[in-house]
Amino acid sequence: MTRIALTVNGSRREADVEPRQLLVYFLREQLGLKGTNVGCDTTSCGACTVLLDGESVKSCTVFAVQADGCEVTTVEGIADDSELHTVQQAFHEQHALQCGYCTPGFVMATISLLKEHPNPSEEEIRQGLEGNLCRCTGYHNIVRAVQAAARAGA
Amino acid sequence: MHPEPRLESSAALPGCSLQPGTVSSRPLSILGNRVLRKEDPRFLRGEGRYVENLPLEGALTVTFVRSLLAHARIGGVDTAAAEALPNVQVITGADVDAGPFGPPPFPGLNPAMGRPLVATDVVRFVGDIVAIVLSEGRATGVDAAELVAVDYDPLPPVVSPQDAAKDEVLLYPEAGTNLACRSGSPEHDEKLFDGCDVVVSGTLVSQRMAPCPLEPRSAAAEVGADGRITAWLSTQTPHQDRMVLAGTLGLDPAQIRVVAPDVGGGFGAKMLNAEEVLIVWLARRLGRPMRWTETRSESMVALPHGRAQHVDYTIGGTRDGKVLAYRLDVLQDSGAYPVLGAFLPNLTALMASGVYAIPRIEFEGRSVVTNTTPISAFRGAGRPEASQAIERALDAFAAELGMDPAEVRRRNFIPADAFPHATVTHAAYDSGDYEGALELVLRSVGYDDLRAEQRQRRQEGGSKQLGIGISSYVEITNGIDETEFGEVEIMADGSAVVRTGSFSHGQGHETTFAMIAAEQLGLPVEKVTVHKGDTDEVARGTGTYGSKSTQIGGTAARLAADEVVERAKQLVADYFEASPADIALDRAVGRFRVVDAPEPALSWPELAARAAADERLGELKATQDFKSAPTFPFGAHVAVVEVDVETGQVELLRLAAVDDAGTLINPLIAEGQVHGGIATGVAQALYEQVVYDEDGTPLTSTFVGYAFPSAADLPSWEAVEMETPTPTNALGAKGIGESGTIGATPAVHNAVMDALAPYGVRHVDMPANGENVWRAIQEAKK
Repeated sequence: MTRIALTVNGSRREADVEPRQLLVYFLREQLGLKGTNVGCDTTSCGACTVLLDGESVKSCTVFAVQADGCEVTTVEGIADDSELHTVQQAFHEQHALQCGYCTPGFVMATISLLKEHPNPSEEEIRQGLEGNLCRCTGYHNIVRAVQAAARAGA
Repeated sequence: MHPEPRLESSAALPGCSLQPGTVSSRPLSILGNRVLRKEDPRFLRGEGRYVENLPLEGALTVTFVRSLLAHARIGGVDTAAAEALPNVQVITGADVDAGPFGPPPFPGLNPAMGRPLVATDVVRFVGDIVAIVLSEGRATGVDAAELVAVDYDPLPPVVSPQDAAKDEVLLYPEAGTNLACRSGSPEHDEKLFDGCDVVVSGTLVSQRMAPCPLEPRSAAAEVGADGRITAWLSTQTPHQDRMVLAGTLGLDPAQIRVVAPDVGGGFGAKMLNAEEVLIVWLARRLGRPMRWTETRSESMVALPHGRAQHVDYTIGGTRDGKVLAYRLDVLQDSGAYPVLGAFLPNLTALMASGVYAIPRIEFEGRSVVTNTTPISAFRGAGRPEASQAIERALDAFAAELGMDPAEVRRRNFIPADAFPHATVTHAAYDSGDYEGALELVLRSVGYDDLRAEQRQRRQEGGSKQLGIGISSYVEITNGIDETEFGEVEIMADGSAVVRTGSFSHGQGHETTFAMIAAEQLGLPVEKVTVHKGDTDEVARGTGTYGSKSTQIGGTAARLAADEVVERAKQLVADYFEASPADIALDRAVGRFRVVDAPEPALSWPELAARAAADERLGELKATQDFKSAPTFPFGAHVAVVEVDVETGQVELLRLAAVDDAGTLINPLIAEGQVHGGIATGVAQALYEQVVYDEDGTPLTSTFVGYAFPSAADLPSWEAVEMETPTPTNALGAKGIGESGTIGATPAVHNAVMDALAPYGVRHVDMPANGENVWRAIQEAKK
């Protein structure tokens, strides 16, 4: 077991973890943050995307010990109780989710994408979200949502 | 485009949340409006109630040990090393006293081909379960599973359906054959193509695909203090699962409660399987709660696949483009254990005629078992195969005649004034306007301009050539005349609850069904809550597959709401000392009053409060079971591709689609279904294929190896509106979940073939990826 200390959604957390523990299972099983989903075991689908020191990472490909001393933001940490985050609201208004399983990952990846490209072209959006897979929407409305979030200044 | 005022300002149904920037086309009704989904916030906030997220105190983690060989005799299973790990127990086939699982009771399925829940003597595919590890936690389970030593004696693998059909190596020697099911008729009419000036033959392989719901399967089970079992399943069909669990485990269905909470996509694949049966069996056997969530690489071999149909077609007709005869010989790969997939060629046969009036059709189908993952339903399930075959055959026929593919379709459409229409394959089409759909999409996409650009590029002779592909399709939803359950109940605060036997794993029923009930009750949409997926709360149901939810489940909810209104009128009449016939519901404001008099009046909350005080609230509840004939959604797609004839690389530039699903309840949600459906259709045409090597080892068992397209691989879609109501239900609604898939694949496939036509290419297997296209071009050069 290794002792780690990190900030998750603004709260300081300390825990003992197995060195092989993946960040996503640390978040889900040790911290009880079930919003981050696991969709594959090959870093392909991006359902587990979170922000690590502000940059999107696939939390199934980061060991919990690698997050020691870092700041982690998950989908639970971006909205307040009454209002959705601009990106969440845009996904809602553009019907950019169906079964919802890939949605937290797409929302986090979009936040990261818009930080790098505040006004992305459709091509930049499609390339920028290439690491996230969705089986329900055909991506059409996800692209619309990212465009809407960009217009809203996310 | 829509000059009418916004619904919000009409105050017909206050409080509903419409998509910003959109305008209601039906200002006096909630139906037909782009209402934002009620279920979205919990998913957006990361509060989805997927099975894996449910707390279950004291549950053991289940890990399945799966066969690494496609076909082998089991010599023995050594569990000692695994059980030496702390708190690990291993169950083998010898311990399991339940099963077999299947085959399901579809007509014609070979009953000798049942699946042992855990293999004892023989494994029949890579992924067959050979042992079960129980552990405290996931990591220990995986460690232990790797320590279970299985002694295999390899048997010759049967990987292709062509080899299986030879019956040289039998998967079930006691059955005496690999044939799992027959469809159509083996009879040949020697004169089928008499009178045809032109006869063209070809092959269409609708390749094996992995459904890939983003949420892998997950199941948990617990036996309560009263002995009743609760099973939480990631499934599309909770009520049917309850019956199959009871049947397989020899239990009274009343002893089982199935709960399907939020389910992260299904696409036809998430119906009860051996794994879920075992989770329930284990919970009973060991008296401990059990839970299991599959990994993706497990899901890619253990969740049933779809398609895997080999079609040889022959089409014949006159020189002026009239098709006279069509024959299909189908070889369906059923995988190792026949389930729904073995039966699906029956649907292919039913829909063989497509949108065309073809006087003579023959269909012969054989479904055979192979040492591969079982084949079940996947988005379209039997109908895409029919559409892919007739649309490819028609284009081949058109090419032989030198006729434009749009023109040959016009000459063969069932005319719009011919409905209802029965095909020679005995499909009873309800309503349609096939030529109208084609003309609409051709205009929308600018067909003539595209052809002009294609001619220009061909003249210039560059490496990037344009291909334009058309598909006109019809499909069938609620194909076996199913019945669905709906219940509406007014609560003490005047809000309403809808209980439906339909299920939603992404389709948005919590919004659509609320809209349907709200419309009839005159309540705001947010005052209607939809409950589904819990067999203790919803009396009965069939679940969701085959795009049938709205047309039968939605109609049942509507009829139940209508009955509640009638019951409410009786109650109001009692209170007003009037006749029920004189009581009216003003649906714009949700108030009951005596006809022609503004007062007295009772709103739903006032009525519910008064009824509750009088202990008569129970009268404001009604159930309906709605049974209906199938409906036949239809449409037309045009795909535009750019093919690099030097590298074989294909890029899809545009896809325009008319998908007519009758009357739309919520166009926002319906379009979403179309978009996702198109993406899956394109994925089959250009990207995805499950591949096995000659030993039956899967080569595509992760998302790295399987070509699931991302946003970067696909364009935006051009969805074109068309609504032709069905007379079969009060909503006028047909299914929409699979249309996009059924229409898109042949359009894109035909577009690739169209681009390659000048190069002498007559056949390209799907997926028409760079390799397959390049090979076809090289082949044509020989």
